[in-house]
Amino acid sequence: MTNLRNSNLAQAWLVLVLAVVFGTTLAGVQMKLTPVIEANKIRETMEKIPNLVLDPASSPSSSPVPGAEDLVIQSRVIEVEKNGIITFYPVYDVQRKDGSPAGHVAKARGQGYADKIEVLVGLDADGNTITGLFILDQKETPGLGNRILEKQWLDQFVDQSSDTPLVVVKSGAGGSEPDGRSDGRIDGISGATISSRSVVSIVNTTIADIRPWLVLVPSPEPLKNKFGNKESGNKKNGKKEEIKKEET
Amino acid sequence: MADPPTAFERFVQGILPENPVYRQLLGLCPTLAVTNGLKPALTMACSVAFVLLCANIVISLIRNLLKPHLRIVVFTLTIATFVTIADRFLAAYLFQMSKTLGPYIPLIIVNCLIICRCEVCASKQSVFTAASDALGQAIGFGLALSSIAAVREILGTGMLFGIRVLPEVWPDWVIMVLPPGAFLTLGLLLGLVNWIGLIKSRRAS
Repeated sequence: MTNLRNSNLAQAWLVLVLAVVFGTTLAGVQMKLTPVIEANKIRETMEKIPNLVLDPASSPSSSPVPGAEDLVIQSRVIEVEKNGIITFYPVYDVQRKDGSPAGHVAKARGQGYADKIEVLVGLDADGNTITGLFILDQKETPGLGNRILEKQWLDQFVDQSSDTPLVVVKSGAGGSEPDGRSDGRIDGISGATISSRSVVSIVNTTIADIRPWLVLVPSPEPLKNKFGNKESGNKKNGKKEEIKKEET
Repeated sequence: MADPPTAFERFVQGILPENPVYRQLLGLCPTLAVTNGLKPALTMACSVAFVLLCANIVISLIRNLLKPHLRIVVFTLTIATFVTIADRFLAAYLFQMSKTLGPYIPLIIVNCLIICRCEVCASKQSVFTAASDALGQAIGFGLALSSIAAVREILGTGMLFGIRVLPEVWPDWVIMVLPPGAFLTLGLLLGLVNWIGLIKSRRAS
């Protein structure tokens, strides 16, 4: 009897019971709140898209950009198979009201230093130039890695060509060219080499993966894909956009 | 051994005489990290208050079942649960604020203020005493956080709650909203509070 009473299990019964009770509570909270949190994330994505596609230099990234209300956003998913692994990229095609393409925004994620980093990459209509970058989610080290959120750092990506992969250089070593363009070089954040490299590599991989599928020209398959989506998705997404605007 | 403090004493002590930040120097991580504006500071203070109150009540309810060598595990488990709830709620209903505070909400788990109150008060005294202790400490923590945040926000941006309070000519002391400003403000306010305490005790004697 004393043996049983002194066993580890008997001593830890309170911990076990509490773990089960708390675990159940948390599962309940999670189930209840996840849809709300997801809706928040989608709303944030939708609000950021115009800023990433329209000229970011002319307006601060926080407020809605002029002309944002004239944009029609359609979403589709691009599947890329590489080494047997299929990656899904949610891509938002942005068009002006008159039907002319304004650009594309792709959502991508990759491993950072602490956890997954989720980003939105904005590309121009041809997919040749990066028009903006926004970090949706990150858990990098406060004060070091989370400086990837700083506008000054993110602005380095704007106007970079997507022909060549971007490279990280030591903070300050790259510098900008006299004409203001920095030629595929991104200043790393000192003390946050891994975080800066992660973001750059996420951007590079994303662009390399989705670029062939962005524009309507090359092979017939993406063409069909895009049109198919347009017909079914146009009305629905247009409506979604309007609803969103009423809310905000 | 002297009688343990009553519920009312616990409540009053937490606010100033045993202020968690200015007297006990506990919970300094959020004190330094999220006080660059009054809004994040108040959100942090409310989250800590919620976690502290819930943890204190739960621990006090099960205090007679606690095994001495397993108590820290139980404390941490309880605190972690309520911190997760607080974190999810912020993400759902105060999304921007949750992004601003980032990892500091999950970091409440290791805020030594809460585990200290569980150990000192909740695991030994009744639920009512534990709850009033939590409220007192939470108010004290909130006061400390908002005093530091107010000084930093006013001097650093000339604004309070995002509303301008100092004239436009004020040259914003940007350093006050950066990390060094947190240390400067905390040090100076800590000195001030202790100085006032010293004067008071001299007058009394």
